[in-house]
Amino acid sequence: MSARDEVLRRVRAARPSAPVDVPRDYRTVDGGADLVDLFVDRLIDYKATVRRCDPGGLAGAVGELLSDASAVVAPAGARAWLAAYPGRVLREPLTVTDLDAAGVAVLTGCAVAVARTGTLILDAGPDQGRRALSLVPDRHVCVVHSGQIVGGVPEALARLADPTRPLTLISGPSATSDIELNRVEGVHGPRRLDVVVVD
Amino acid sequence: MSGGHIVARRPFPVAARAELGDAQLRANLRKATHTIRDKRLRVVGEVPDWEALRQAGAAIKDDVLARLPELLEQFEAAATAAGATVHWARDAAEACAVVTGLVRDTGAAEVVKVKSMATQEIGLNEALEAAGIAAVETDLAELIVQLAGDTPSHILVPAIHYNRAQIREIFSRNGLSARTDDPPALAEAARRHLRAKFLSARVGISGANFAVAESGTLVVVESEGNGRMCLTLPETLISVVGIEKILPTFRDLEVFLQLLPRSSTGERMNPYTSLWTGVTPGDGPQTLHIVLVDNGRTETLADSVGRQALRCIRCSACLNVCPVYERVGGHAYGSVYPGPIGAILSPQMSGEGANRTLPYASTLCGACYDACPVRINIPEVLVHLRQTGPHPPAERAAMRALSWAMRDRRRYTAALRAARRGAAPIRLVAGRRGAVRHLPWPLSKWTSTRDAPLPAKQTFREWWAHERA
Repeated sequence: MSARDEVLRRVRAARPSAPVDVPRDYRTVDGGADLVDLFVDRLIDYKATVRRCDPGGLAGAVGELLSDASAVVAPAGARAWLAAYPGRVLREPLTVTDLDAAGVAVLTGCAVAVARTGTLILDAGPDQGRRALSLVPDRHVCVVHSGQIVGGVPEALARLADPTRPLTLISGPSATSDIELNRVEGVHGPRRLDVVVVD
Repeated sequence: MSGGHIVARRPFPVAARAELGDAQLRANLRKATHTIRDKRLRVVGEVPDWEALRQAGAAIKDDVLARLPELLEQFEAAATAAGATVHWARDAAEACAVVTGLVRDTGAAEVVKVKSMATQEIGLNEALEAAGIAAVETDLAELIVQLAGDTPSHILVPAIHYNRAQIREIFSRNGLSARTDDPPALAEAARRHLRAKFLSARVGISGANFAVAESGTLVVVESEGNGRMCLTLPETLISVVGIEKILPTFRDLEVFLQLLPRSSTGERMNPYTSLWTGVTPGDGPQTLHIVLVDNGRTETLADSVGRQALRCIRCSACLNVCPVYERVGGHAYGSVYPGPIGAILSPQMSGEGANRTLPYASTLCGACYDACPVRINIPEVLVHLRQTGPHPPAERAAMRALSWAMRDRRRYTAALRAARRGAAPIRLVAGRRGAVRHLPWPLSKWTSTRDAPLPAKQTFREWWAHERA
């Protein structure tokens, strides 16, 4: 008997027979308080930096934030936000070595953001690109439009256009709790996370 | 029909005694577990629907166990359609053989690993090493344990038993220099050490926190970004997944992505969560293998009381609140699954050897049940395993006699009277304390750790009869 058939046979013999009803009495909509303020508060708690601007001020805010970057990686859908950035813009195809070079920052958008947990969800859309782009550079600048911010996790997952695309949930800069169970920022992912909230 | 690192070699009391002698270990554990307890309580307290989430989490997992064969087949079909290759393994040895063969086929001599309980459980690193393949642990705590030549002592933070000064020393012995023993400096040293390995790795190996049946999606929840590196940069990814990790639908993640981070690291959300479905052209590994592992899970599933242990999402909240774990640490349990959940999981997955002493590694205080995000009634399973486990002949005989005496009121009264008469001379020795501190062997086994109480001078019934007379 193959391992597959054997495991399935064992599971069939051992499983309980009674069907189970799943109660879903938890909150699936989480509005209420000012979601943008809550989102900003959570990001700051994770030691991300936050800039707020109106749509007209976006290019200026991004240009100012990135003024000390030696080069910026920007997927096609994010390039318009670099109008006021005078430095070098890196385009695909890029190797991991290009992405890992000192002073390189990456600029992306996101698919949806969660206020209550301070989470950005990237789904490899045109303003986000492949996953390595927001991973290897040491600094990630993410643009979030206030309409993309929802209250809780259930609303955020429901909003994703296609959950089978590669998804990355980002909550603050890379961190670890492995030393004495205290959170410290800055391990393998981007050590600096700047979020520009547009409303 | 299981194996790997889930069988204790020494009985728990023997192993615990040795660990209790290490004052530094106790101090480190106390500091870490108290830090995380406070954090968890704070972030759980701010979720008004926490109990509803726990109820839903438990029910979803129970539903999975009831429909597991269909869901596994559904997962296999969806993952295969998305470009993954699904393999099955009956036990640890078979899982290791499958993974080793897959790595060999790539020709790689080194793999980078995401922290994974499943690969720890099956002893994958040792199997790869025996095949001449170097397995590099990239999670900070796993790296510390690997560099120290040690074994993990906690599900979430395998190096919880080391403090910062000890970690710096382990690093420097292995050529990783950190300026100070400040955690940021230690994290920086790990970053420098692993950077080149991430960027050049050809094969990544991971586990999965969840596997979604309807879409074939795998989920890894992590903090440092080492997971993202291993899941994104190599050409080939091999994910080792226990069969109980299945969730029916993508929507079910809305429950578990709330329960897990707050229960494990005490954060509103962990820094990074990756979800991937098969292979995506131009993004991430272009070859994906998924190895579904049984290794004792179906034995656990067969027990109607004990199967709730399979709901476990490996958050480790039960370890952090356990008064026994806090004092003896993870190594005393002799399995990669320590603490309260380990005390019910390890003996069910493998009834071998010293594992049958693990259900006694508890005071039955119930703090673990309160903390568990999927409501595993750990005390209930502990008592169940104690009842169904083997007992020494003398204990069985004593319990049979006791049960005979207690089944009949006259026999019970007579037995109490006899006991009181028998205890009268001892009372002279015991004095006013009403308890004996030292009894000769074999009763010394009892009195070496606790007093032996003497029967009361008067029973309640006697007192009642006297008062009403």
